[in-house]
Amino acid sequence: MVGIVIVSHSKKVAEGIKDIAVQMADKNQRIIPAGGTADERIGTDAILISKAIEEADTGFGVVVMVDLGSAVLSANMAIELLGGSLKSAVKVADAPLLEGTLSAVIRASCDGTLDEVLNEAVNSRHALKL
Amino acid sequence: MNEVIYEAIEAIRTMIVKNKQYLTDLDSPIGDSDHGINMARGFDAVMLKLENSNDPDIASVLKKIGLALISSVGGASGPLYGTAFLRAAVPAQGKTDFNAVLVKDMLSAAIQGIKDRGKASQGEKTMIDALEPAYEAFSSGCDNGGTLLECFELASKAALEGVEFTKKIIATKGRASYLGNRSIGHQDPGATSSYLMLKALTDFCSKKEGEANDGRNCNCIAQQESC
Repeated sequence: MVGIVIVSHSKKVAEGIKDIAVQMADKNQRIIPAGGTADERIGTDAILISKAIEEADTGFGVVVMVDLGSAVLSANMAIELLGGSLKSAVKVADAPLLEGTLSAVIRASCDGTLDEVLNEAVNSRHALKL
Repeated sequence: MNEVIYEAIEAIRTMIVKNKQYLTDLDSPIGDSDHGINMARGFDAVMLKLENSNDPDIASVLKKIGLALISSVGGASGPLYGTAFLRAAVPAQGKTDFNAVLVKDMLSAAIQGIKDRGKASQGEKTMIDALEPAYEAFSSGCDNGGTLLECFELASKAALEGVEFTKKIIATKGRASYLGNRSIGHQDPGATSSYLMLKALTDFCSKKEGEANDGRNCNCIAQQESC
């Protein structure tokens, strides 16, 4: 199954979104939160994200969900820091964090491919609430 | 351990720590009010990482600095400045002494790294608005046979003008872009920290040149090498 990493400036947000997403996920689905900095401030940390990506991967690649600004920069940096073949099997989704994570997790739990999971996440931006 | 680079980084750290509140205040109206705090934390982490290291060449030190910034800053400036230091290590591979040509190449690689990472170009109210003119000034100084100090002086002056320019423009990158027109009139904190780092290096270089002129031993920084 494609792994999911949740990057937010806030550790609580990343963990909270994971808690919501887990309800919809297969029990073997890996969803790894990577929120805040290593010393638990508001911010993002490429090294932390890099470790989360390694933890999320089971050989099918990883989709990284991001919130704002530096989350994107840190996620891209994290991918560069990865070694070997994993680097080319990680995609950052240009998607809303909560809705995108839910869509990605559902598709991944149904054995979606890396591209299918990524597309599902990206398309979640069109979901209407009212 | 390469003593000169250690002292140069210490000079940057001192400058950033001295301006911690100033940078954070600049970040308050148009950002998330943490630039000075983040940068000071980053350079404290850098100094800790370098404390007991004994690297023979400039490149290994620069890589350590980059990784320390990436893992400790927390804001966008972490991956941006982190990438800058990692990229600056490429032309410094195997080098142990600084000169104007090497620093010019390091600056060029560092700025390209920041542009690649942040996908920003000049005129978007970012650190690039200080760094790009600084590089151009440094480069032309170097092409005219200037010493490292002369090149740094030109670069600092151009960077400061770039910082002033950021007050006049709208932010289209980063957190400040959420403010649109309301970002006009505010000075960009990232451009300011870039200027402060260049200024710290200029002052450091000037101090070293002074020491060398006093007849003290400095085999490192006052050497001239034309482009």
